[in-house]
Amino acid sequence: MSAFFQNSGLFFALLGAAFATLMAGIGSAIGVGKAGVAASGVLAEEPSLFGKVLIFQLLPATQGIYGLLVGILILSNVGLIGGAKEITVLQGLLYFAASLPIAFCGLYSAIYQSKCAVAGIGTVAKKPDQFGKAILMPAMVETYAILALLISMLAIIGIAGM
Amino acid sequence: MAMLRMQRVNVYALLKYCKDILEDLQRRGVVEIENVDIEDSVFYKDDTSAFQAQYNGIANTAKQAREILAKYAPQKKGLLDSFKGRKQLTRTEYNKLADDAPDILRAAYDILSYQKNIEQNEAEKIKYQQQLEMIRPWLALDVPMTFSGTATTKAFIGKFAPPKSSEQITTQLAEYLTGDEAFDIETVYSDNNQSCVFVLTSKKDSEAVGDALRRIGFEYPPYVSTVTPQMREKEINRHISNRDGRILENEKNIKALEKYYDKLAFLEDYYTMKSDRYKVFDDIATSNNTFVMTGYIPEPDAKKLKDYLETTYDAEVELEDAGDNAPVKLKNNRFTEPVEGVLASYSYPDHHEADPTSIMAIFYYLFFGMMFSDAGYGIVMALACGICLLKFKGMEPGLKRSMKMFFWCGVSTTFWGLMFGSFFGDAIPVISNTFFHTEPPAIPGLVVPLWLNPVSDPMKVLMVSFLLGIIHLFVGLGIMAYNQIRNKNYAAVIYDVVSWYLLVGGAILALLSTEMMGDIAGFTLPGIYLKIGGIMAAVGAVIIVLFSGRESSNPFIRLLKGVYGLYGATGYLSDILSYSRLLALGMATGIIAQVFNLVGTILGDSPFGVIVFILVFLIGHTVNIGINALGAYVHTNRLQFVEFFGKFYTGGGRGFNPFKINTKHYTVKEDK
Repeated sequence: MSAFFQNSGLFFALLGAAFATLMAGIGSAIGVGKAGVAASGVLAEEPSLFGKVLIFQLLPATQGIYGLLVGILILSNVGLIGGAKEITVLQGLLYFAASLPIAFCGLYSAIYQSKCAVAGIGTVAKKPDQFGKAILMPAMVETYAILALLISMLAIIGIAGM
Repeated sequence: MAMLRMQRVNVYALLKYCKDILEDLQRRGVVEIENVDIEDSVFYKDDTSAFQAQYNGIANTAKQAREILAKYAPQKKGLLDSFKGRKQLTRTEYNKLADDAPDILRAAYDILSYQKNIEQNEAEKIKYQQQLEMIRPWLALDVPMTFSGTATTKAFIGKFAPPKSSEQITTQLAEYLTGDEAFDIETVYSDNNQSCVFVLTSKKDSEAVGDALRRIGFEYPPYVSTVTPQMREKEINRHISNRDGRILENEKNIKALEKYYDKLAFLEDYYTMKSDRYKVFDDIATSNNTFVMTGYIPEPDAKKLKDYLETTYDAEVELEDAGDNAPVKLKNNRFTEPVEGVLASYSYPDHHEADPTSIMAIFYYLFFGMMFSDAGYGIVMALACGICLLKFKGMEPGLKRSMKMFFWCGVSTTFWGLMFGSFFGDAIPVISNTFFHTEPPAIPGLVVPLWLNPVSDPMKVLMVSFLLGIIHLFVGLGIMAYNQIRNKNYAAVIYDVVSWYLLVGGAILALLSTEMMGDIAGFTLPGIYLKIGGIMAAVGAVIIVLFSGRESSNPFIRLLKGVYGLYGATGYLSDILSYSRLLALGMATGIIAQVFNLVGTILGDSPFGVIVFILVFLIGHTVNIGINALGAYVHTNRLQFVEFFGKFYTGGGRGFNPFKINTKHYTVKEDK
């Protein structure tokens, strides 16, 4: 049993990678889906706004990519991509902890960003010239996903250097 | 960094020249016309709404005719046509087309009437097709459907839905009949939904049989032909093929007018322009023989227009200072002008503040490049924009401006990519390791970073991001100082700008000389800076507490407001931390690019592996460019609008919106 625990570092690291990717991915999927529904509704009336509403739909897509990014960073640091490395239990747990910011912040920020994006799509449908301002509101929400990404990335780079 | 001076222009001229003058002004597009507010016994407003409506109607007709034409005679459209912009006509071409206007309009009406004819025939065709549908079950009937019987017999022609077989009908009828009645049932047609029957009975039993039939669900058919169904079918088919012929003929007529496709676009523009000119009559005042007009004109154009109107039309043109309500037109050089669009999407500056475009442009390109930070992507972006700009000279001004902006952003992206050693991620090392099995050549910038690799030393890049942020914020405060000095409000410079310089600058100095921050930043300032910084911050804080509530006369409230003002320091903290996105988004671009390269090499060195690599490379990097360019654009805007503008910019100016040719397809080039 103790041997099992001693070798479970890799498991925890992988759990971290999976967690970051799937939570942020779920958030983005929900977000892009919601914004997409609103965007399609606008297209029914104003097909010429396609380019603009598409950008709104894509705004909540970034969290999923941040999650993927953190996932890949972990995988390559623990040797699941590239060469194999020894991972201690502590390191594995550290990687798992490092994945938490982007996992949760990605999930929630994508969902709330999509609400802003839906409202922005409404704004652009009525006033296409207000695109510049309308796109800024969802971007505000994204800030927190970026901050979480930053901490997750710095932590992973830091753990790798330990 | 400048706003053009605006002048108010008043034009007084004879009414007979009015239309010509308006046409000239429209073509020059340098005057924003304002409503003249005089109405008295001499001057009045011409009501031209009827003309406007009429011309708009014609423009609309031309538009519809053109759409119809495009439907029957499809026009080729290039992928890059949207970059081409409006076609330029010379004055002579314009006049020639304008002379053709009645002829084009006739063509437009012809097209509309052909289309109407087509629609009418289509509608009739549908009606006949429905009849055909209804008569189909009755084709086996060899008498007209109106046949009611002979001298001694009575016929019932109708249907049962749901269907009944003749045996079922007979048994069911028996319930309502005495049994003496004679009748004969013939099923003409039957399917899952209905059965069509021909029932013959003797005249004397007809009432009883008819009544019984109704009770068991007999219905008369909705459509009845007066001849035999087969004859009717032939008739209907003849009608349908007639309609088809007419539709085809009308389509041919429309196609014959294809040469009018471009001319119809001109007609639409021509009448839109005409309607716009009549709309101006709402804003000018006319008397029996003269008219008065007022508006704004940028100073550089004023003299030329005045001379022209005075010599050509003998008009009286007055120029005077425009004052604070004048609209705003910005003037910047080729490097900074492209960012005007970003500024305009926030707000134009008002007349009491400087135009921040040029300073903003430098930071805009810098930050965009740092967030996108890949030499390969930067080159792709700069090349794409550059080629479009060279190839499509007639591009619309707004699009052209964005293209120029993204060109410079691309240049900056290339610069940062070289600094960070990112060229399509790590494309060169990956390709040389996987497919050539050698270490990559150490090309500076493309393989080896000119400065450092952000993944290996993120803290350093983070510190640089914060430093750039602090410079950005301080420059914003500097612009506020400039504005205050321009408005001769010197005290405010000390209270609102210098105080924050001292507080924030001092706090940073002090922090950097502590050991805790030193560990994070990687360097420590000598201890003396802790003292200097502390004193600076304290002086700044005192000024803020004492003076930021200075508009209140009550000393207690003033002090409270001052303390609240000091709370604004937390705003500076979050503003500076906000610049960490420069690092985060920059790293995101680079690492995602590396991920795609890694995925591409999944099949290793084989012919198939090369194909997979090329596919993944093309698709992956296209996606990465799209999503990260969007991110860099949005977040650069955010840093400008929230962090930078938040420090000094009030905006609220009104953009200059001159009376000009506002068309969709053509513009007119002046010969002279």
